[in-house]
Amino acid sequence: MPSLRFTEQALSDFMRSGGGSHSEIVISSRVRIARNLQHIPFPLLASLKQSEEVLEQLTPVFGGEEATEYGSFQLVKLVDLEDLDKKVLVEKHLISPSLVNESKGGAVMLNEDESVSIMINEEDHLRIQCLFPGFQVQEAWERATAIDDIFEETVNYAFDDKRGYLTSCPTNVGTGLRASVMMHLPALVMSHQINRILSAVNQVGLTVRGIYGEGSEAVGNIFQISNQITLGQSEIEIIDNLQSVVMQIIEHERNARERLLADSALRITDRVMRSYGILSYAAVLELKESAQRLSDIRLGVDLGILQGPSVSIMNELNVKTQPGFLEKMFGDEMSTTERDMYRAKLLRETLGTKN
Amino acid sequence: MLCQECGVKQATLHFTKIVNGEKTEFHICESCAREKGELIPGTPGGFSIHSLLSGLLDLEGPGKEKSAASKIAQTQACVECGMTYSQFSKLGRFGCSSCYKYFNSGLDPLFKRVHGSTLHVGKIPKRAGAQIVVRRQIEEMKQELGISILQEEFEKAAELRDHIRRLEKEIAQE
Repeated sequence: MPSLRFTEQALSDFMRSGGGSHSEIVISSRVRIARNLQHIPFPLLASLKQSEEVLEQLTPVFGGEEATEYGSFQLVKLVDLEDLDKKVLVEKHLISPSLVNESKGGAVMLNEDESVSIMINEEDHLRIQCLFPGFQVQEAWERATAIDDIFEETVNYAFDDKRGYLTSCPTNVGTGLRASVMMHLPALVMSHQINRILSAVNQVGLTVRGIYGEGSEAVGNIFQISNQITLGQSEIEIIDNLQSVVMQIIEHERNARERLLADSALRITDRVMRSYGILSYAAVLELKESAQRLSDIRLGVDLGILQGPSVSIMNELNVKTQPGFLEKMFGDEMSTTERDMYRAKLLRETLGTKN
Repeated sequence: MLCQECGVKQATLHFTKIVNGEKTEFHICESCAREKGELIPGTPGGFSIHSLLSGLLDLEGPGKEKSAASKIAQTQACVECGMTYSQFSKLGRFGCSSCYKYFNSGLDPLFKRVHGSTLHVGKIPKRAGAQIVVRRQIEEMKQELGISILQEEFEKAAELRDHIRRLEKEIAQE
């Protein structure tokens, strides 16, 4: 099987270029919209032939070699991928675990900088996903809806006057829109305010998840905040609501960071330095520990305790230290201990000593 | 239809179990279901009536809606994809876009629960939804018309009325 360029580097180009406001707290913004075609059963019940028909209808829209406003797209069918490449695409948030595990005739169309990922035959026939670095939910929505319009010129969507865009899961019906931001909130965690804030978030129609979506744990103080409601609110309302709540969380996190620095500068400096020391010299590192230590370092850089590494390197390390990526870099099929060893080696080489 | 357990009472719970493509139908009365506890006899591995009911209850509010739900469970299957309401309530996923039409009567409580609302107010597909856009525009203008009459702005009201008529005519012609 040919090697896939999308899995060769850890950080997508769109993330590398940086930008977006509040990037010291908001890592990335994402918008996903779910659509289905008329007269074909949803992927759950579609036959392989029907899934192929979906693919045939959808892929020509961005399938040509010519560049569009959003770059030129490459179609990647899941059957043509090695397991490890699938794992890496999931770790980079370019495809969902369910496209890997449950999909019949699943495929993804990716543009060069990987800021647009169009999944086909996931839970719905079509899922358009746009990613931006930093806090740019509005921008992500504008791009996603523009791509949606391009598809709609060619294909007929399952749409109902009363229920809106019809989706496989009742939790997505209406707008089919899921907007989310990935936030780094170490000071709120350290000052034990996080649970109070997250439960408040749940009360205003938003939900908090770990960085790999539903059912995943928040590691390294990274939380994903997204809208829960898709019916009865317009897209603009959904985006506005998310933005205003995220702005408030940013404010709280900032205050908590200032307070940490004012009240316990020595303690926090010690914590950051210790974490830097461990990542620079450790021989074995579990994912959970490396994520936590990376979070400390990121906080240290933001607070001016450390002069580097750059945000871009931190983001890259968050992806590179994941299991799939380690195996991709250092060889297939590793034991947990081997992975922990290579994770430590990678961090040593990037942050500290070269041995 | 009589209950397949007691053979006396009218069967009020009907459901279909599909395992590896093999379809088994059950028709039992409520008291038998209760008496037998959670397990329906004759189903290897056991089938929890509780899970079936809770599946339905989960989707439905208390009171009247419950019986509406079991009515749907008895009769409704999506004609397009064949998914039954009870399958839907267990899977939590629709089989196709027509399921929305066939299960419509049971969906409002579900959507209210999940979204706090039952009606879409967001984006409308441009090409396929041109009529819907106009209809929404008419609705909005009718509300505006009502307000302008109340405020005795009759000139504005007349303008709105004419505009509404024009739009309604356009829709009728399409």
